[in-house]
Amino acid sequence: MEPEITNAAQYEQYLDSVRSHGRTMLLPALIAAQQSFRHISPETATAVSKALKVPLADITGMIEFYTMLKIEPVGETHIAVCTSPVCAAKQAHQLLHEMSANAAPGVTTEAVACLGLCDHAPAVLVNDRQVGSVTPKTDLSSANGRVQSRLHGEERMLTQWCEEDVEHTLENFLECGGFQGLRAALEHSPDEVIETVKQSGLRGRGGAGFPTGTKWEGAAQASGHPKYLVINQDESEPGTFKDRALLLGDPFLILEGILIAAYAIGAEHGYFYIRGEYPFAQQVLNHTITQARQAGYLGQRILGREFNFELEIRSGAGAYICGEETALFESIEGKRGFPRIKPPFPTTHGLFGRPTVINNVETIVNIPLIFKIGVDHYRSMGSPAAPGPRLFSLSGSVVDPGVYEITTPVTLRQLIYGLGGGIPNGRKLQAVLLGGAAGKFVPPEKLDLLLTDEALRPLGLSVGSGAVMVYDDQVDLRLVLSSLADFFAHESCGKCYPCQLGTQRQAEITHRMLAGQVLTGDLDRLQDVGWTMTDASLCGLGQTASHAILSAVELWPELIVEPDPKQVRS
Amino acid sequence: MTPEPITITIDGQQISVSPEVTLMQAIASIGQDTPVICFHEATTSEGLCRLCVVEVEGWRTLAPACVTKVADEMVLHTDSERVRRARRTILEMLSSAVDLSEAPAIQQQIDDYQADPERFPEAHRRTQPILDDNPFYVRDYEKCVLCWRCVQACGDDLQFTYALSLGGRGYETKIATFFNAPMPETTCVFCGNCVAVCPTNALKGKTEFYLDQGMDYDQIRLQRRRQQKSSSQDKKNG
Amino acid sequence: MAEADTSVRSTCPYCGVGCQIDLKVRNDRIYKVDAPFNIAPNFGRLCSKGRFGVDFVHHPSRLTQPLIRKDLGSKPRQPVGLEGFRPATWDEALDLAADRLAEIVQARGGDAIGTFCSAKATNEDNYIFQKFIRGVIGTNNVDHCARLCHAASVTGLQIAIGSSAMSNSIAEMKDLDMFIVTGSNTTETHPVISTFLREAIVNHGAKMVVVDPREIELCQFAELWLRPTAGTDVAVFQAMAQVIVSENLVDRDFLRERVENFENYRLEISDSTPEWAEAISGVPAADIRTAARLYAQANQAAIYWGMGISQSVHGTDNALSLSNLALLTGNLGKSGSGLNPLRGQNNVQGCSDSGGLPNVFPGYQLVTDDEIRTKFERDWGVLLNPQEGLTTMEMVDAAERGAIQAYFVMGENPMMSEPDLRHARHVMEDLDFILVQDIFLNETGEYADILLPAASFAEKSGTFTNSDRRVQLIRPAVPSPGQARADWEVLCDLAVRVEQRLGRESSAGFSFTSPAEIWDEMARLTPPFQGITYDRLERESGVHWPCPTPDHPGTPYLFTDTFPRGKGQLVSLDYNPSAELPDDEFPFILSTGRVLYHWHGGTMTRRSKLDDIYPEPTVEIHPLDADQLGVQAGDWIQVRSRRGQIRVRTLVTERSPQGMVFIPFHFAEAAANELTMDVRDERAKIPDYKVCAVAVEPLAE
Repeated sequence: MEPEITNAAQYEQYLDSVRSHGRTMLLPALIAAQQSFRHISPETATAVSKALKVPLADITGMIEFYTMLKIEPVGETHIAVCTSPVCAAKQAHQLLHEMSANAAPGVTTEAVACLGLCDHAPAVLVNDRQVGSVTPKTDLSSANGRVQSRLHGEERMLTQWCEEDVEHTLENFLECGGFQGLRAALEHSPDEVIETVKQSGLRGRGGAGFPTGTKWEGAAQASGHPKYLVINQDESEPGTFKDRALLLGDPFLILEGILIAAYAIGAEHGYFYIRGEYPFAQQVLNHTITQARQAGYLGQRILGREFNFELEIRSGAGAYICGEETALFESIEGKRGFPRIKPPFPTTHGLFGRPTVINNVETIVNIPLIFKIGVDHYRSMGSPAAPGPRLFSLSGSVVDPGVYEITTPVTLRQLIYGLGGGIPNGRKLQAVLLGGAAGKFVPPEKLDLLLTDEALRPLGLSVGSGAVMVYDDQVDLRLVLSSLADFFAHESCGKCYPCQLGTQRQAEITHRMLAGQVLTGDLDRLQDVGWTMTDASLCGLGQTASHAILSAVELWPELIVEPDPKQVRS
Repeated sequence: MTPEPITITIDGQQISVSPEVTLMQAIASIGQDTPVICFHEATTSEGLCRLCVVEVEGWRTLAPACVTKVADEMVLHTDSERVRRARRTILEMLSSAVDLSEAPAIQQQIDDYQADPERFPEAHRRTQPILDDNPFYVRDYEKCVLCWRCVQACGDDLQFTYALSLGGRGYETKIATFFNAPMPETTCVFCGNCVAVCPTNALKGKTEFYLDQGMDYDQIRLQRRRQQKSSSQDKKNG
Repeated sequence: MAEADTSVRSTCPYCGVGCQIDLKVRNDRIYKVDAPFNIAPNFGRLCSKGRFGVDFVHHPSRLTQPLIRKDLGSKPRQPVGLEGFRPATWDEALDLAADRLAEIVQARGGDAIGTFCSAKATNEDNYIFQKFIRGVIGTNNVDHCARLCHAASVTGLQIAIGSSAMSNSIAEMKDLDMFIVTGSNTTETHPVISTFLREAIVNHGAKMVVVDPREIELCQFAELWLRPTAGTDVAVFQAMAQVIVSENLVDRDFLRERVENFENYRLEISDSTPEWAEAISGVPAADIRTAARLYAQANQAAIYWGMGISQSVHGTDNALSLSNLALLTGNLGKSGSGLNPLRGQNNVQGCSDSGGLPNVFPGYQLVTDDEIRTKFERDWGVLLNPQEGLTTMEMVDAAERGAIQAYFVMGENPMMSEPDLRHARHVMEDLDFILVQDIFLNETGEYADILLPAASFAEKSGTFTNSDRRVQLIRPAVPSPGQARADWEVLCDLAVRVEQRLGRESSAGFSFTSPAEIWDEMARLTPPFQGITYDRLERESGVHWPCPTPDHPGTPYLFTDTFPRGKGQLVSLDYNPSAELPDDEFPFILSTGRVLYHWHGGTMTRRSKLDDIYPEPTVEIHPLDADQLGVQAGDWIQVRSRRGQIRVRTLVTERSPQGMVFIPFHFAEAAANELTMDVRDERAKIPDYKVCAVAVEPLAE
């Protein structure tokens, strides 16, 4: 996204161009340096500090927080191997081991958290190119670097025009009825738009499921100025990749939703925060915004109305926690991604302390649809508690992994066996992890559960971000648990004690489980740690970091067998 | 203008408080202490240690008393089993990570909650070498509980010098300087405001450090004369 | 883990901020210093000196017994170390001192004695000092180093508004909208004040304009940094005033009600345009305009300044150029808005308040005012000299002419702090008698006939008055080393002995048993202190004078309704160049000042851990100048002026502009004042420490 930078002088020029924005340009500036120089040297950091008026020490704090930023240079070819729960189950650790053992000169490797390519596990990122279904024999240099996700669905409302392997142009979008929803929305006052969204019953698709209209209303009515709209595509929940598919498939539709939201809440400036592990999606997004701006869909007096809006792309740099809304704000503000204490909530004190609406990509894509087809039609889809179509990211041991749009609720069995083609190679289903790493395990006996909030909530389950990870009977679940625990330990920001300490202790216990060296009292420890994280952590990461693991040991006690149960602490 | 007081219930006791106070202040108003590690009157409360969590009826999770404001008709339980389990487990996990030998207040809390400092065997401790790089204080980060107070004191809460930041992440979070340079090479001005707010002696004045090592005052004075020779050159390019 | 035996609340002995500290004592040693977080003025904040620098108290070179020079009476007097003295009992030393002082008084009159009281000693010590000198010795030749720091601010502010202290309290700083910092490297000289200024900027969005030739730390936080050539400040501030007048940014109501001479001033300032100032100072005219607008349009705007304004041959004009700005815009007399000379020493305010000046009794009551003098004569029961005494520098002149034959120096170090030291030493060599009372043997003590060992701040009670007029207590935390005694005790003892020798029938009153009794006497005679008692200070931890009655809350900011002189006065000024400018032989401007880790003559900080981090004298030089001279960072070089030369280590930095070097004056082995020049502001008699011409020369290895 930045101009090509190859030397310090060009970088200084770049810094000059962003100087006046101050600290909010810190992460972009560091990413630019990382991409240009393969690391951030003290000299570069000093230049950034001066230009953006950020204390020197804080720059080190940033580099050490965001895993894609490096103090030591990476190789000319840097391979990041995904080791999250789906890839781990597909031998990602061995892959990493072999790749680093056989690395040619100038090649460096590293284990990373979920790359969002779970339907192509095991996956790697080679510099800025994604490669899926990798084996040690894969020729990484010949891959085109763009991993596509298959889109499925019997009735496709959100993904009607989604097409991945094409160049998306504004003309095409308009030909396919693009911006009809926007035009329809602009016929109404912002208040009426918000009312319509409330009527639609749309709930956020990022995981927490907060009513979108209520959120908009809160920000619209809040007193501070200016107001901001932030789009959250820090899609880092292991097993979740639907937002990437949406962006690659129909980027203008996302923009349409954004414009309606901005109009409704009165925001003139928006930020699109997209994870750093999606370089190609960033290019697509950038291209989309450029076209829209040229055609007057961004900027001043959009569609000839008293409606001005600018959208800025911000890239993440390797921090799952930045998907947490307040941590994401901190990141845009040029800080370490620490979640804030709530209240106050983003609707009144969000980005830069101003009223802010932050929406997930799938959520925002529902908006044009609501205005296109009307509330009644919209509410006829989904379930009463969470109306509208819903995307599921299906991965793991299934024949047809990919993104599934569901307009009429289905059971897990229908999703896995009906739509997903079942378990390959005639294996048996062992477990389903529903809702991502922060979700819970579902045993094969519960496959007839309907995937709706109404059906799941009584069992303590949730659709979450729509991730459905399938494990067959060949998978060692202890490896999956250990990978989950490693994920949370790696991604805990370290702010609050329960999560900072608990994710580490939890990982240690799962390592013992995997090694068959469980100590007396480990189950009790695992539960105390887990419940304490759930009860006392500051943000959703810590509060859910033990859910999958505790649900697994409850379902399958044989995963944790202590040597001498008599000495277990009571 | 003083706002109308509201009514809350703490462990069955109904009291009337200003709606602007925190749960911790409300609990203090009935003469009850809330255990807490990260809180300091001079630094911003960030709700880090979570030792002060209490149970609020109707809430999904426990509430950090230091930063949560009271609300009308709130019902609090400050000593429920959930609260005790969280406090005990946090203390046990902390004990297994850092050296609390010079943190008497935390040791008291460990006793109060019958926490077992040995609860987590084979735990990875945050062992770190002692950093002795300046004439004024010593940094023993194995004692650091990451309360953030030193960083806050150096930054926007007291000193506005910004020599310190948080580095690392998660369990490996640590207190960092610019590229982890020794203090004399940073913007540090040795005000010691960080030392003053450290709850565990991870930061300790040098005289005190030497006293604790059993030196007498005369030995301590000679100690620093010796250092002068080696450090005199460092400052020159500052 | 070290545990304190006791914790004693006291006041920091270094700069004028007056931080409240808790001295942690174990085995009669201070091993740690903390600060209470809930108490003004510092609210828990300290700097390196307060936190880590009070270990000088326990330094083995403390004076522990009275000492008498071995070669007593030989001339010219040579400076000697401890080996040049012999120990004596207090009786022997005080009797000898009393004999000599009485002889001189009887032979030549009290005016033949010059005395220096101390900005480091307590109010009570200084009150007794001036009572002794005025009431027993019979002279008003009492001065102290305020003369060398803020005399010009005092003189200027007296002319403009009739009062000279900081108009606002430190506690008001964090809520400011806008402020100007000029001639003050606040971060190093008043570190804790600097934190409150930065807090105003960072947490409250205040805008700061820095006016300083050096790129001081605060520049990083500044909205605007004006960088005048050293010594051209008046032009910049005059031009700001011109902008304010010509753009009609004045506060009309304030001018009408509280200011005089506006019409004249308006006419005379009309030529002082920003372009005129740019030609003189090098500061872009546009920046001067911006600064003027920022200052004039703010709701609450203050000006803070330090030695860069006052230690100048035109220091009084500098101060007046600032008071003009405040008067034009009405930025005076309300919370946060005012004129604030930052005082450099722990009790420089209090020493002046307590009568440590040649023209005034305590509370700035004129010695020439018959009514006032009568009040003191009645109370003390003695006749008092109606003639104003001599200032510090005038005493040096008088000694040179032989009009002064003896010095009594308490807790000061003129042999480090006066300009043109070679000349000052020469004067000391020929004096008949020198009595020095101090905690260490310093460069001045080396000339003494008798050295009296004094207790340090940590070993006695009393009060210090900080820069914002807050009277605060110090309390004894550790025993004095050896036979050292509190200054006030020594003074009372000496005074009675002198009275006996002079045959006084009744004593002026020196039978005090505690500093509290001394304070009560001073307060009784000094209206602005009358509401302050030790009980109250214990209770409230500090009170800002003026505080005329026991129920008065004290006065954090001054001039709400009126100025001491009635209306404020706008004063027309001319720009005058500095007294010595660079030429071919001496091509650099030398500016002197302080660094964070040291303080003044270094008597205390050089005997502290602080010396470990900054152990050597340095000269700040611009990289381009260094290149041209062929010197590298860390090289030892020689700096030479028409008056002397010193060896210092180079610190290559862009902090000082090209063509200017900066040398801290803390290092006896390379005293910056060997180079400076005894040229004074006419009205304030303050020497110019900020601009003289020097040559910088590499040293052959």
